[in-house]
Amino acid sequence: MAPEPDEIVPIPVKIIVAGGFGVGKTTFVGTVSEILPLTTEAPLTEMSRGVDDAGRRTGKTATTVAMDFGRITLGADLVLYLFGTPGQARFQFMWDDLVRGAIGAVVLIDTERLADSFDAVDYFERLGMPFVVAVNTFDGIRRHRLADVREALALAETIPLGYCDARDRASTRDTLIGLVQHALLQATT
Amino acid sequence: MTGIGDDPTGCRARDPDDLVGRVRPYTITGGRTRTAGIDLPVEALLQRTERGERALPAARMERRRILELTVEPLSVAEVTARVGVHLGVARVLLGDLAAEELVVVHRPPSTEGTNQLDLALLERVLDSLRAL
Repeated sequence: MAPEPDEIVPIPVKIIVAGGFGVGKTTFVGTVSEILPLTTEAPLTEMSRGVDDAGRRTGKTATTVAMDFGRITLGADLVLYLFGTPGQARFQFMWDDLVRGAIGAVVLIDTERLADSFDAVDYFERLGMPFVVAVNTFDGIRRHRLADVREALALAETIPLGYCDARDRASTRDTLIGLVQHALLQATT
Repeated sequence: MTGIGDDPTGCRARDPDDLVGRVRPYTITGGRTRTAGIDLPVEALLQRTERGERALPAARMERRRILELTVEPLSVAEVTARVGVHLGVARVLLGDLAAEELVVVHRPPSTEGTNQLDLALLERVLDSLRAL
């Protein structure tokens, strides 16, 4: 089918979903995406190689890093892309490229492996990019008080922090809404 | 032109298995790992032009696949995933197609100047998410 000459091309916008391996990024993206999450691979640099991940403990060093993405159509002229990216500093070579022009980022955390999220929090803080921190409640159980999580992450009071069930559509949507609200607030103050 | 050995992306061959996987992607691009000055953020939308449509029958392999896929606007990330190449490879191929005016690139407004998205756009995203 040939494209209509005056067909509306939507404006693409994006949100980054960052977090450690196995924290639920792919689930988060898949829950709200209207397409099955697709994976794009980018080659790893020498520096960033050498550590395995939760889903790939095969003993073989990965030579690429996977980036999940999903899509949400927000009307005929607006489309939102979600990009899930590994949250460790050694993937920073990817982030600089990926985050350019993003609305902001959701840093997804697992309270059992809090340290996995330090790099991402530091990165978005330094960049001044709007971000929110979402504690993924894998089994619906809230194990830690948010105040304790905030303290452990040394997270400023101004950064929104909340629970999110990455398997639940309303919950992931609300997390995205929280981020966009925060981005608006940050842009106007 | 950049050879595999001094590939700035660092994707160098490590073992024979690897060699197949490493060399092949950049063979598609003639060994190039950079696009010629065309900005292609992952969310940029690509759509083939009429010229692209005319070029389709003669196009081969990855170029053909890209021209087939971009009959409707499709993001750089989606094209990359569906063609099954690395992001760096896709960008080189897409950069070529854009330079030849076989595809047109629709960039998000934010990458064409400041890093700040405009407020009206953010508000629209917010309203639309709430309506989901």
